[in-house]
Amino acid sequence: MGTRQYGRSTSHSEPGPGDAGRTGSWRVVRPVMDPSICIPAKRGTPACFICWLYCPDGVISRTVPPAIDYEYCKGCGICAEECPTKAITMVEEACFIQDKE
Amino acid sequence: MHIIESGNVAAALGVKLSRAQVIAAYPITPQTPLTEKLSEFIESGEMEAQYVPVESEHSAMAVCIASSSAGARAFTATSANGLLYMHEQIQWAAGARLPIVMCVVNRGVGAPWTIWNDHQDSISQRDTGWIQYYVNDHQQIIDGVIKAFMLAEEVMIPVMLCYDGYLLSHTYMPFEVPEASAVDAFLPPYKPAYALDPENPANLNTVTMPDVRLDAKGRLAHGYMEIRYLLQEDLIRTIDVMARIDESFRKHFGRGGSPYYETYQCEDAEFIAVSLGSLSYHLRDVVDMLRADGFKVGVMSVHLYRPFPAEAIADALAGSTGIVVFEKALSYGYQGALCSDIKSALYHKGVDGSRMPFVHNYILGLGGREIRTTDLCEAFRKSCTEGAAPTDELRWLGLKI
Amino acid sequence: MTHTKTTILSLPEEEFVNPGTRACAGCALGTAYRVALKAMGRNTILVVPPSCLTVLQGLYPIAATKLPSLNVTFASTAAAATGLTSALKALGKTDINVVAWAGDGGTSDIGLQALSGAAERGDNFLFICYDNEGYMNTGVQRSGTTPQGAITSNTPLKGKLQQKKDVPSIMAAHGISYVATCSAAYPLDLYDKVRKAMTLPGVKYINIHIPCPPGWGFDTRYAVKVGKLAVETGLYELYEVENSVSRLSGASRKLIDKRALVPVSEYFRAQSRFKLMREAQIGEIQKQIDARWVRYFESPEDNGES
Repeated sequence: MGTRQYGRSTSHSEPGPGDAGRTGSWRVVRPVMDPSICIPAKRGTPACFICWLYCPDGVISRTVPPAIDYEYCKGCGICAEECPTKAITMVEEACFIQDKE
Repeated sequence: MHIIESGNVAAALGVKLSRAQVIAAYPITPQTPLTEKLSEFIESGEMEAQYVPVESEHSAMAVCIASSSAGARAFTATSANGLLYMHEQIQWAAGARLPIVMCVVNRGVGAPWTIWNDHQDSISQRDTGWIQYYVNDHQQIIDGVIKAFMLAEEVMIPVMLCYDGYLLSHTYMPFEVPEASAVDAFLPPYKPAYALDPENPANLNTVTMPDVRLDAKGRLAHGYMEIRYLLQEDLIRTIDVMARIDESFRKHFGRGGSPYYETYQCEDAEFIAVSLGSLSYHLRDVVDMLRADGFKVGVMSVHLYRPFPAEAIADALAGSTGIVVFEKALSYGYQGALCSDIKSALYHKGVDGSRMPFVHNYILGLGGREIRTTDLCEAFRKSCTEGAAPTDELRWLGLKI
Repeated sequence: MTHTKTTILSLPEEEFVNPGTRACAGCALGTAYRVALKAMGRNTILVVPPSCLTVLQGLYPIAATKLPSLNVTFASTAAAATGLTSALKALGKTDINVVAWAGDGGTSDIGLQALSGAAERGDNFLFICYDNEGYMNTGVQRSGTTPQGAITSNTPLKGKLQQKKDVPSIMAAHGISYVATCSAAYPLDLYDKVRKAMTLPGVKYINIHIPCPPGWGFDTRYAVKVGKLAVETGLYELYEVENSVSRLSGASRKLIDKRALVPVSEYFRAQSRFKLMREAQIGEIQKQIDARWVRYFESPEDNGES
């Protein structure tokens, strides 16, 4: 099947989940959040959210507790580095593969 | 209304009557009086449009590209090196399928600097995906601008309306200015299928892959090659659309009837001179002179050069004995571009073994070199008498080397 | 001019960039772009030349950005923004914002002529230069804004010999309504400056310092740290120019109160692109920074917020 019926004759892109696909597969280290240290998680109220602010890919939610979308998280580690209470640690992805096995 | 004005003013009046909404221009001779006139129309309130005095031709086309992408009718004009400076943007406008209209007031290109007329500027932009339409007098300029907007918006391909610098741009001739209401009845407002809009967001002209790909909704979208194929397909379709628009214009205004080319004394002609622009009217005098001497000659002026109406042109020329192409530009290292195109158009006429006309090619008038009627006459006469040349040599007229 | 400073909790939650972009991990452009788009809001059309942002926005036919965006040729960004504002004016849609977003090459080098033209004409749009100090998208070549001493792909053995082109000052010299410098490391300051720019007439210019992990040579996790160091050392100054008056702002303004700068060597040593820089060179740059900041410390009212 070809593109004859596609209906456009220009390079016209419509918004959708990033065309790089599930960029979580790029990750070699995974941010893991400890809710007993994370400020909003501990207090049970919206606070801090520095991880949400800085995440270049917008994959951390501004929720209590904050949630990391591992489908898309590229594992840069900025959240872990900037967390004021060191509630996020970067863990080798290999550890999770072994866990599954 | 019948007036006597310059070719540049004829173009400006055409743009005003077409209700262009955004006009961007950078000064270059001999285009300048056209865009000066538009700025005057707008400043005086005679015309409602945005006039952007850009800092370069590259930016002039950028303004047209962006404003057309946002849904406004856009116009610019330039000449020579200004056109060359736009080259990247010209390709972009065609690939983005934006119905921009641009007057190219033909002038030779540097180096060395020349400010005088030839066709090298627009011919060098032949392969950019734009429609190129060459006109021969002031009436054709004003009518051509109005038709150009209609054509561009129907096929979503930009149009270059080309006319000779000085010979047409700066000379005064009588012509008919159509009534605004009549133009409004002929040319509806620009309503693109998509215009940039926060309510309906899209990212236009981004990197496009070599192969086809699924879009966000799971439908198979084009690759780069399909998008470029569609430009070619629509350019070929433009040949028929041009005829239809010319016919519609004729019904509205009583002028037209020669959408692809104009002929003079070609009905029984054995030898046909072919050229672009005002030179073809000069050649009419030569035809009259040679007819007086008993030569059965005629002249064809090609209006629609891209897309090239090859079949119509080949049909019109195939029965002749000889064709003499007079050109004010050339594809350096080979021959005149129009000559190559005409030979190519005739090729399939010869495959069944029928007699093919010979084709001679004269290069003349580069950088404004004077084109003397006697020289034209002698060259055409020589071609008629000597017949097919043994080689494909390029002949230069008026050269003093 | 008094205005409430935005906090993390008052920053709009709505995102205008979808995840799954092609931007490198740890690219500070991602943060700056996300936050700036929040400040612009939905009623905005973007103009983008070739750059890392083109990569982030994604390949046809899927767009990572939820706002309409026009990709244009490298040199034509500002002129295309003019084209949009002209069309919107002609169509009576003057409530739509136009924002041009170019890299430092697309701004300081190939795009400067069109930007200067638009600034002189006073066309109404915001021009953002995201300054990652080089042609990162094509493989880290030097640009006009690459700092002196930085190794790039085409200054591989000696580092760049010339100093960084000061584009904000060039833009300020046009007398435009607003010039500001920001850093991806200070997103709330960036948000407030973009918001302010959107309310002002004519061309507004914002320069955003964008740490680039692969181009500058540091681990992705340090993108914010490196960005902050540039400011805390006094090397990259955050300021605003309004009515031809320049004032330090945000984190740079706070340095005046602290009266202490982090040694610039810490910034250089955090990035492998500066590994060729000798102590003497760093000392020379430290002297220049100190001379500038002594003036700020001595007359804070001339350089701080009024």
